[in-house]
Amino acid sequence: MKRLKILGELYWAFLRIGGLTFGGGLTMLPMLEHELVRKKQWLAEEELLDCYAIGQCTPGIIAVNTATFVGYKKEKVLGGIFSTLGMITPSIVIITIVAMFLRNYMNNIWLQHALGGVRGVVCALMLNTVFNLGKKSLTCKSMWAVCVVAFLLALFIGVPTIGIVVLAAIAGILLDMADQKKKGGEEA
Amino acid sequence: MNAALILRMFWEFFKIGLFAVGGGPATLPYLMELTERFDWFTMKELTNMIAVSESTPGPLGLNMATYAGFQTLGNFGGLVSTLGLVLPSIIIICVIAEFFARFNKNPKVQAAFKAIRAAVTAIIGAAVIGLCKVSLFTQTDLGLRPEWKSCLLCVIVLVLLQNKNLKKLHPFLWFVLGAAVGLVLRF
Repeated sequence: MKRLKILGELYWAFLRIGGLTFGGGLTMLPMLEHELVRKKQWLAEEELLDCYAIGQCTPGIIAVNTATFVGYKKEKVLGGIFSTLGMITPSIVIITIVAMFLRNYMNNIWLQHALGGVRGVVCALMLNTVFNLGKKSLTCKSMWAVCVVAFLLALFIGVPTIGIVVLAAIAGILLDMADQKKKGGEEA
Repeated sequence: MNAALILRMFWEFFKIGLFAVGGGPATLPYLMELTERFDWFTMKELTNMIAVSESTPGPLGLNMATYAGFQTLGNFGGLVSTLGLVLPSIIIICVIAEFFARFNKNPKVQAAFKAIRAAVTAIIGAAVIGLCKVSLFTQTDLGLRPEWKSCLLCVIVLVLLQNKNLKKLHPFLWFVLGAAVGLVLRF
């Protein structure tokens, strides 16, 4: 019974977090702090940052990864599942309703004018996202090289995204080994 | 709804969840691949999905997946695609949570992810270029013809976004602005 109550609390807490944040990723952190650290006291501040770090560097949606991680810490696998279900509920409900609404009005000429303008803005926002990602991830010459090669593979040769991610992981490990060797050589 | 399509879509989104390192924006290149491989939704529809997903509550990646599922399968499609997308996360995180400290501090793992993030920047960049091609240009017999009004709007917003104060504005407000400009200038 007590376990069921905690699972319910996990579901409800992440439902609120999912329903009250826009965008996901980094924008979610203040909300997570508020709900999990201050209100529920399920986690210490540093533990939350750990969850967040692991959520970011593993595949998948960062919000979902963080939710699963927190849920797992509280109630093992079931906790992870309930937290994630809470997180995805608002998206499914809200988006389905909005999509149904838009589908009925898609042929309206005024909606098409408006969406035309919105698409221009989407391009600007997405380009800006790419610049910001670049600022964070391109920290040295070898990372620039990885980025340029990946860009050429993606745009001109059409290598599937999955293939590029796997190649990048291998390149990262090899570059690191070469770095270590160079350092070792200098010290010797 | 037919069972084969449901399974197919669940599997495609499962793969996206398994390989999209970098969260919501990182799912975009995979969604674009879907427009090439299946007739589930078009690139134009994908741009609308991004706008809706950014202006409604909930993580971007989940919203886009739900919308894509809806577009493909109808009312309950969002449930199928989203569950497919999150299942790998649940499995991977539950495994990693057991030996978290060792995983995160392993220098090989750190090196691999550092390079993945650099590559993902490029992949998302390439995807966004594709997005701009359909949103800001029209395909004609003579090649790509720019839609000047859309191009200009995009450049202006991009420049404004570099301002420290304007940067903090909610994406939804930018979309409202875009919609207003679109209505007035008849995009």
